Amino acid sequence: MALLQISEPGMSPEPHQARLAVGIDLGTTNSLVATVRSGVPAVLTDAHGRPLLPSIVRYFPDGRAEVGYAAQARQADDPKNTIVSVKRYMGRGLKDVAHIENAPYDFVDAPGMLQIRTVAGVKSPVEVSADILRLLRERAELSLQGNIFGAVITVPAYFDDAQRQATKDAGRIAGLNVLRLLNEPTAAAIAYGLENAAEGTYAVYDLGGGTFDISILKLSKGVFEVVATSGDSMLGGDDFDQRVFCWAVEQAKLPPLDPRDMRRLLVKAREAKEHLTVHGEAPITAKLSTGDIVDLSLDTETFCSITQTLVQKTLGPVRKALRDAGLRVEDVKGVVMVGGATHMPQIQRAVGEFFRRDPLNNLDPDKVVALGAAMQANVLAGNKPQGDDWLLLDVIPLSLGIETMGGLTEKIIPRNTTIPAGRAQEFTTFKDGQTGMSIHVVQGERELVSDCRSLARFELKGIPPMVAGAARIRVAFQVDADGLLSVSAKESTSGVEASVTVKPSYGLGDADIERMLRDSFEHAREDTHARALAEQRVDGQRLIEATRSALAADAKLLNAGERKAIDDAIASLEKLLSGTEHRAIKQAVEALNRATDEFAARRMNEGIKRALAGRKIGSL
Amino acid sequence: MQNHFELFGLAPAFAVEGEALERSYREIQSKVHPDRFAHAGDAERRASLQWTTRVNEAFQILKNPVTRAKHVLELHGVDVAFETNTAMPPEFLMQQMELRESLEDATAKKDSPRLDLLRKDLGKSRHSLQQQIAEAIDAKKDYAAAAGLVRKLQFLDRLDEEIDAAYETLD
Repeated sequence: MALLQISEPGMSPEPHQARLAVGIDLGTTNSLVATVRSGVPAVLTDAHGRPLLPSIVRYFPDGRAEVGYAAQARQADDPKNTIVSVKRYMGRGLKDVAHIENAPYDFVDAPGMLQIRTVAGVKSPVEVSADILRLLRERAELSLQGNIFGAVITVPAYFDDAQRQATKDAGRIAGLNVLRLLNEPTAAAIAYGLENAAEGTYAVYDLGGGTFDISILKLSKGVFEVVATSGDSMLGGDDFDQRVFCWAVEQAKLPPLDPRDMRRLLVKAREAKEHLTVHGEAPITAKLSTGDIVDLSLDTETFCSITQTLVQKTLGPVRKALRDAGLRVEDVKGVVMVGGATHMPQIQRAVGEFFRRDPLNNLDPDKVVALGAAMQANVLAGNKPQGDDWLLLDVIPLSLGIETMGGLTEKIIPRNTTIPAGRAQEFTTFKDGQTGMSIHVVQGERELVSDCRSLARFELKGIPPMVAGAARIRVAFQVDADGLLSVSAKESTSGVEASVTVKPSYGLGDADIERMLRDSFEHAREDTHARALAEQRVDGQRLIEATRSALAADAKLLNAGERKAIDDAIASLEKLLSGTEHRAIKQAVEALNRATDEFAARRMNEGIKRALAGRKIGSL
Repeated sequence: MQNHFELFGLAPAFAVEGEALERSYREIQSKVHPDRFAHAGDAERRASLQWTTRVNEAFQILKNPVTRAKHVLELHGVDVAFETNTAMPPEFLMQQMELRESLEDATAKKDSPRLDLLRKDLGKSRHSLQQQIAEAIDAKKDYAAAAGLVRKLQFLDRLDEEIDAAYETLD
């Protein structure tokens, strides 16, 4: 991989020159990278002109990783070291994954997230995903002939906090500046909405390889507003393969299979499923290592009947999303179909019957998410002038809360709340003289904590001893635009304040990420120092550019002294940028950030004032 | 006490013009939303996150009739006191108990048309209560009476949530 290129300070590219930004659809089965070039979104292909990258990674004893078609071709030969559908394991423990007994891997149960033992060492799903992302980044750099400013990575809307955090970590390890995690159905709605100038209420039905999402959006000029979302993060095309696989085992009366045969037959099951999209019958033939020969034929009718419960399973979340949105089927103007699994005729039929209208398939369901992500990345990178861009209002899919007495959940932020969102709630002590409180953060809709997902636990210590019920502990939740949560707690009655902030990372601490970053550099034979220096320089340059354009617009909000402090901070950062001390640059970046804190807050207030003034003039 | 109406350039009242509120909300969001600052420095990103969070919370409060009424009353120094004041007229409580029994029965029998009917009736009652609240707050300025009506409305909202939960058991 090439090192990042930096121009001399003072000779930075023109501010209006477009920054290279990409959208990445990190899928269960396939992944894609797309960008907007001269205003047109396009998927970037590999050297052979192929747009998709199979999300399959094979590890070798020398530590090398092979990603994509090559790994896919040999999956049945080396099933233990060839990881498929790794997305299903993101942010998940062993007990969370269905059909885990059918997966041929050597799993290691680790706190929070499972791991997989390969010939190249124990791998976290985050590292495997990072290997896929790294290849896509390299593809984009090669294709766009430059360094990527930033990326939008898509996630299923129904992904919980742990799964989102894991995805963002994977992006970081792959050396990407993750501009935003974007919900897959929302990305599809952007691509569809802009392409068709759609207005009104739309549903996006997104059935991928391993996840199902349904989102209801209101589209109006320049605004994409998600009203409700629901889904199942353990339901997708893979489950249809699994049904066919089980059917074949039963029909052919096969004994328990070894990992290779299992993979061989699963591949055949998947091929049969795809074949049935356009044909009435599909052959399933395989020669197993036991000498058993499988020679079956699966017809459409049988396929529909063995997968009918899966199709029905998607409709529960659809009804729930409609109810949460307070809408009826007839309020929905169109249903956009997304994800490879929506190619199946029985899915098309079921969705058409439910919504009483033909589903919309005019955008390629395999590419639409990546294209929408690229369009959003282009906006986030600042490549579109204000007024020509759009406002995206998304929601959290699952309620966030904390555990209270008796193992019950107290919801603090309900599902379908528009993000960024913040809310605080007061709690109190249970015993006289209690000086500590254990705070357990959970996500989910169920009343019992044990039925929800545990995100984080932390302790608030140093509460002054008081009688039970006298302390006032304020627990504050903050969900950012990526849908990621941070929590802080504070005791405030006696003037004594203690506060702690947790970022639920579900198993992966900053130290783990540092190590993975190091490992990946060592493996790529890169100089970590050069890499860190290059990254800090990009950061520094970016910040100077942003600060200068803010000063050009709103310098009047500062007095002479304040202005000088910012100018000085810019000057000292600029001086360090030409040096080679990445830590010094980092400190200067932080100093400039601090120096502009107040300025940023004032600019924001100004922006709001202007917005309101504009409204009043507009309504006269 | 923060006045959420001010943020949107609106006069504090129970009856708000939904469209004006929404327009104002979107105009502010288009200025402060984190998507505008994804390429900016930390300071601006932080300020943007704080502002958007506040704007979203205020919008949520004003959009929902119960929280909006509670907010208007608080601005007039009246506490609705959902937790402490649970005294309700007996006939209202009676009616609530009947509705809940009916809901339980419909849930047990998985009777979805009956749930639809319950929801429709509930919608009517909620609408009429909202009109009474508007009258009490905006016209008569009888805040104590309004607080009682708001407590009733919250009762009905809870029932609405229970109907949602009942539908979920049917899926």
